[in-house]
Amino acid sequence: MVRVLGNFDIAEEVVQDSLVAALEKWPAQGIPDNPGAWLMTTARRRAIDALRRDRRYAEKVALLERSTLPGETREADDRLRLIFTCCHPALAPEAQVALTLRAVAGFTTEEIAAAFLVSEPTMAQRIVRAKRKIVAANIPYRVPAAAELPARLDAVLAVLYLMFNEGYLSRGSAAASRRDLAEDAVWLGALMVRLMPDQPEALGLLALMRLHLARAAARFDGAGEMVLLADQDRSLWDHEAIADALRTLNRAAAMSSPGPYQLQAAIAAVHSEAASWEATDWRQIVGLYDLLLDLNDTPVIRLNRAVAVAHLNGPQVALGEVNDLAIALSGYHLFWATRAELLDDIGETALAREAWQRALELCANPAERALLRRKLSG
Amino acid sequence: MKYMLLFVGTRESQDQWDTMTPEQLHAAMGGAETWFEKYTQAGKITGGLQLQGYKTVTTAQDSNGKRIVTDGPFIESKEVIGGFAIVDVKDLEEAQEMAKSWPGGPVEVWPAVER
Repeated sequence: MVRVLGNFDIAEEVVQDSLVAALEKWPAQGIPDNPGAWLMTTARRRAIDALRRDRRYAEKVALLERSTLPGETREADDRLRLIFTCCHPALAPEAQVALTLRAVAGFTTEEIAAAFLVSEPTMAQRIVRAKRKIVAANIPYRVPAAAELPARLDAVLAVLYLMFNEGYLSRGSAAASRRDLAEDAVWLGALMVRLMPDQPEALGLLALMRLHLARAAARFDGAGEMVLLADQDRSLWDHEAIADALRTLNRAAAMSSPGPYQLQAAIAAVHSEAASWEATDWRQIVGLYDLLLDLNDTPVIRLNRAVAVAHLNGPQVALGEVNDLAIALSGYHLFWATRAELLDDIGETALAREAWQRALELCANPAERALLRRKLSG
Repeated sequence: MKYMLLFVGTRESQDQWDTMTPEQLHAAMGGAETWFEKYTQAGKITGGLQLQGYKTVTTAQDSNGKRIVTDGPFIESKEVIGGFAIVDVKDLEEAQEMAKSWPGGPVEVWPAVER
């Protein structure tokens, strides 16, 4: 495009509407073989945009997802290529998320800016820069070859998970939970599963996101205060959605290739299947965390495991494990909150108070802050 | 499309070259030579140089309105450029593949302006 017009500003103006349009017009090897499918993609995105505002949006999207249109295969190929291009590791992670939302999920720049709490010009610039890099560095528009696929798929799934978490528990925003962004991440996850049905980690991530969303109704009480998993009214959980997510997870498990998303989904599944916090199968949860640590040994996973250990082996044992993480996690509010909870459990209330205080100082999310304040005053 | 692959090293690693025997140097550089041969034969490399150490560099720059020449690289950093290759390949990923197979340290991939 730049080569044709000789000036990026003019080229950029032409493609401003969407990356899809740019891809359509690239003169080099980026030309899609089936431009008609692109028009259909765009039209369908518009339809989805309209549906998003509808009450029964989720059901309709599911219907739309399942529908087969003429040229479906070609369109699926194009869409997949688009996702892999948007999530190319040559782009900065925040640009990957923004581009995916813009070009694949059909968000407007204004909506993406609002979702990530930056100004619209800032977000527009981020997207323009990313698009410019795709053109300038000649990032190819294709699904990676088999040898590259696992690493590249990881990058795509990481973008979706980041998007989900941003929506599910938005840090520092006035609205504690931005459900739309989370639901869009689930929608994209479902799309990935439909396009690449043989990838167990894609299934694992979809199951994980759906299990979290299924609990959404119980996460805040009538006064808008955040409710921890231990205290949630489990009758408010969407048990149909849980059953659905478990089926997805089983599909992944049948492929006998465990990965971090499947294991996290399995942990979420154990919680979802427990009738109460007390009835939770902590032994199984600790075992799943051990498997997760084998694949990916991080301080945050160790911290989460310690919570399960507290229930299985008592707070004293867990506190020892948590204290080992002090250097790595001293700037993480949940490290201090976990430590505080365990100190309270063994009756060290003065030390616990200090830890709650540190947690509050480090926490930016308003709903979590309110919860910590209640802990401090109670 | 053309890219420049920039082979990045450290001052310390270049200092080590000074203490090596010719045999040791040859052994240390062998992988790089094989890499250049392989891709030159495949027609991917259209140019490139292995550079002498940072101690041999001079810089011409403006100082108080005058053009002066000083000793050493312009960029004062721990990292130095050991060499570069100009490659002509299909797209960024092909250039990255070459960068990944480089037997030495980090490689920066710079897309070139096409005219």
